[in-house]
Amino acid sequence: MITPDTIAKHGITPEEYERICSILGRSPNLTELGVFSVMWSEHCSYKNSKLELKKFPTTGSRVLVKAGEENAGVIDIGDGWAIAFKMESHNHPSAVEPFQGAATGVGGIIRDIFTMGARPVFSMNSLRFGDIRGTSPQAATNRRLFAGVVAGIAHYGNCIGIPTIGGEVYFDDSYSGNPLVNVFCLGVLRHEQIARGAARGIGNPVFYVGAETGRDGLAGAAFASRELTEESKQDRPAVQVGDPFREKLLLEACLELLASGCVAGIQDMGAAGLTCSTCETASRGGTGVEIDVNLVPKRESGMSPYEILLSESQERMLVIVKKGQEDNVRAIFEKWDLPYALVGIVNDDGMMRVREGDDIVVEIPARQLADEAPLYSREAAPNVPVAPIDVATIAEADCHVALLTLLSHPSIASKRWVWQQYDHMVRLGAVVLPGSDAAVFLIREANKILAASTDCNAIYCKQDPREGAKIAVAEAARNIACTGAIPLAVTDNLNFGNPHKPENFLQLREAIEGLAEACRRFDTPVTGGNVSLYNESPEGAIDPTPTVGMVGLVEDVAHITTQFFKQADDVIILVGEPGDELGASHYLLAVHGRKEGPPPQLDFDREIAVQNAVRALIRMRLVQSAHDCSEGGLAVSLAESCLAGSLALGAEVALLTEAKRADVVLFNESQSRIVISVKPANATSVLSLLEWRGVPARRLGLVTTHPVLRISTAAEVQEWSISELESAHATTIENVMAG
Amino acid sequence: MKFAVVRFPGSNCDQDCVLAINSLPSASAEIVWHKDESLAGYDAVVLPGGFSYGDYLRCGAIARFSPIMTAVKAFAAKGGTVVGICNGFQILCESGLLPGALIRNRGLHFICRHVGVRVEVWNSRFTSAACTGQVLNLPIAHGEGCYYADHATLANLRANDQVLLRYCDTQGRIQADANPNGSLENIAGIRNEAGNVFGLMPHPERACDPLLGSTDGRALFESLLS
Repeated sequence: MITPDTIAKHGITPEEYERICSILGRSPNLTELGVFSVMWSEHCSYKNSKLELKKFPTTGSRVLVKAGEENAGVIDIGDGWAIAFKMESHNHPSAVEPFQGAATGVGGIIRDIFTMGARPVFSMNSLRFGDIRGTSPQAATNRRLFAGVVAGIAHYGNCIGIPTIGGEVYFDDSYSGNPLVNVFCLGVLRHEQIARGAARGIGNPVFYVGAETGRDGLAGAAFASRELTEESKQDRPAVQVGDPFREKLLLEACLELLASGCVAGIQDMGAAGLTCSTCETASRGGTGVEIDVNLVPKRESGMSPYEILLSESQERMLVIVKKGQEDNVRAIFEKWDLPYALVGIVNDDGMMRVREGDDIVVEIPARQLADEAPLYSREAAPNVPVAPIDVATIAEADCHVALLTLLSHPSIASKRWVWQQYDHMVRLGAVVLPGSDAAVFLIREANKILAASTDCNAIYCKQDPREGAKIAVAEAARNIACTGAIPLAVTDNLNFGNPHKPENFLQLREAIEGLAEACRRFDTPVTGGNVSLYNESPEGAIDPTPTVGMVGLVEDVAHITTQFFKQADDVIILVGEPGDELGASHYLLAVHGRKEGPPPQLDFDREIAVQNAVRALIRMRLVQSAHDCSEGGLAVSLAESCLAGSLALGAEVALLTEAKRADVVLFNESQSRIVISVKPANATSVLSLLEWRGVPARRLGLVTTHPVLRISTAAEVQEWSISELESAHATTIENVMAG
Repeated sequence: MKFAVVRFPGSNCDQDCVLAINSLPSASAEIVWHKDESLAGYDAVVLPGGFSYGDYLRCGAIARFSPIMTAVKAFAAKGGTVVGICNGFQILCESGLLPGALIRNRGLHFICRHVGVRVEVWNSRFTSAACTGQVLNLPIAHGEGCYYADHATLANLRANDQVLLRYCDTQGRIQADANPNGSLENIAGIRNEAGNVFGLMPHPERACDPLLGSTDGRALFESLLS
């Protein structure tokens, strides 16, 4: 019996219920209501964000599969090779069960990639937690979440043998109680190998393959589309348990299956499980799909059709097989010891029909269920610009201490504790190890080198979502440029609070418009991604976090460049202006405890000119190292370039600008700046080339054999031994986590 | 020289081993499925790294029952060359082809990084292209690589020159802080008494291409070819 209370518990509004009744021409039964509730959740339907997401540029000469068309976008990388990549969140599950929440996030994104017919070749992740320092119970909880998430990612990624080669981790109290776990995976394939998630071919058999369906993860998509509350811990049954070994078998079997030519369509069972895979494949194929839940392999007896359809058990796929090829398909599943069953058939009536033996338990028009969820444009609060910051109100800190404070801030400190837990070397591709600006990976089967970076400064986005989002794209492109690569495309993960609150919806809209503008300017179409709303804990919404994952192409092995100084006497050059913007900076946050002021302003023309110039110099083999200025400004950038591990090199630089305060010179976060080092013989020509290109640049100083970083400003001279910089940078997280 | 690289369900360094071996002159490698029962035609067998059967039980404890392992044991009994890398080392210990066991790392975390490894014995078929005392820079990537054995076994290993590799610092000193996982006597790799079966936790196949920062792994493969 469907009561208003039942409808409300499924997160369906009275208006949506009316719409369901009109689609069906009758009232839904309880199972059908459950099916609608997950398919029309924000997680599956993007109902609160889709109208905004349409603003993204999605086309380009390299785009082979567009955003939203399939499970992941596909981009041409030349010579008949292509890449499929995507980022997805597993925030809510990780908040209540960090290890399994993060592990299954990794499993889910990997399935999205091999569903496309691509072999997954590397992963990255973008993580956000509350502050892990101190003795408060909240800090202890944040440490537990951080340790659990990292271990979960390691467990899944290491076991399945896909290297985790980079990413980012930030710590800020806005994420206390609602950590962010955004996972990225990239796979490689030949153009002709692109697989489609469409149920084509009337009469084709529908196979289920992979893990048995259990009661785990019931309606996880709906769980992800609610705010976290004190009671969320009781939602632990909505968190799935991952089995990376099973997924490894599934991965190998599916790639073998796709290579066999027996497959008409394939779709993983992720959010909304069997429900989503059946109605989406039918909708994409313009067909109908009929399955019988009695035939579905199950982990336990007595499961109702409702439970079977809404289960989010992991490591399962739906495969539409070309008629007549059934035995070949069975042989491959049996080779890999995978459970499978023939569960249904493709038909021509456009319905998602589910039987339980002879009884029809669900009968819903597939297209309307999968693709015609109601779309909402929520109310946005008026946009009030954040007040400028008066530098006079900021006491000038001791710059010597301030740099050490910044380097030891967990968001800036070395993430070695994290990436040493990830197998980043399997598949023999990590040609730049974690810790430099962007990860660089050689895909051996394609003989192509990719650079990849995930970026988002959420403080900027909190203060000005539009500018912050633009900077996220610009910084990702800058990191890619510093490796010598050309940016290709972007995936994004939009993490925001409850969109029903006008201030949150404003942030979402502003950030999307900022991302869209920046992606146009950098000619990097958005190939897909994920929206995670309702990221709120009892203390309020998270800082808006539109994470950008960008992929670039390195055209020649000789172009690969890292951020570390290479040789004494090399000349250090700042490409870009010295800058003076302290608003929303990490200096203000880490040293003064203030999160305020507008973020730095991005000038696209300047940014693109700086990136193009540095990339051109790299391609002329004139650059020894390149590192952008981001959190902590120029001083942090210089310090990081000294920390190559050997502790043998230092630097002596001077930045004698017009009598500004030393803290402003050292720690401002003005955009469009890259510090490069070049061989002494090339310094003059590099500076002339930059001048010829109209890019501001200045000689800062020299790399030295003396292990000291010495920076002179008009106001003062500061020195740090490389070992004190190293100790501040390298050991913070290890010490915090050990204590 | 023709290598068989065994693919267990959950192996994930199999392809890397094939690539590394094929990059050597006069060596070739092929994948052999774990359900196969014959190793006829191969000169050496490699059990690669990974998580065979998910390693949900003790690492390697299920893989040792795979059909191919009967052939591997027969191959070893006839003096054939067998190398187990990482998970392969764990499988060799579980199957009794090598003494001792590999247990959870001292720090409880999975560790992936480059480490120093000292060659302890050069006159073996696995290290003859290196010198005794030579320090190799090799990657490790494991959660359960802490070598453990009883006193008598350790004494035997020492007496028979069976310890081929030990973790060391950059100067070649065998010290506790150069030991990434807490293994007894800094052991990183051992051979059997007959000298034809070798297990090691570091990944030499990840150190054969200059692009990856170290080519020190080649010495171990080249030893087999000489």
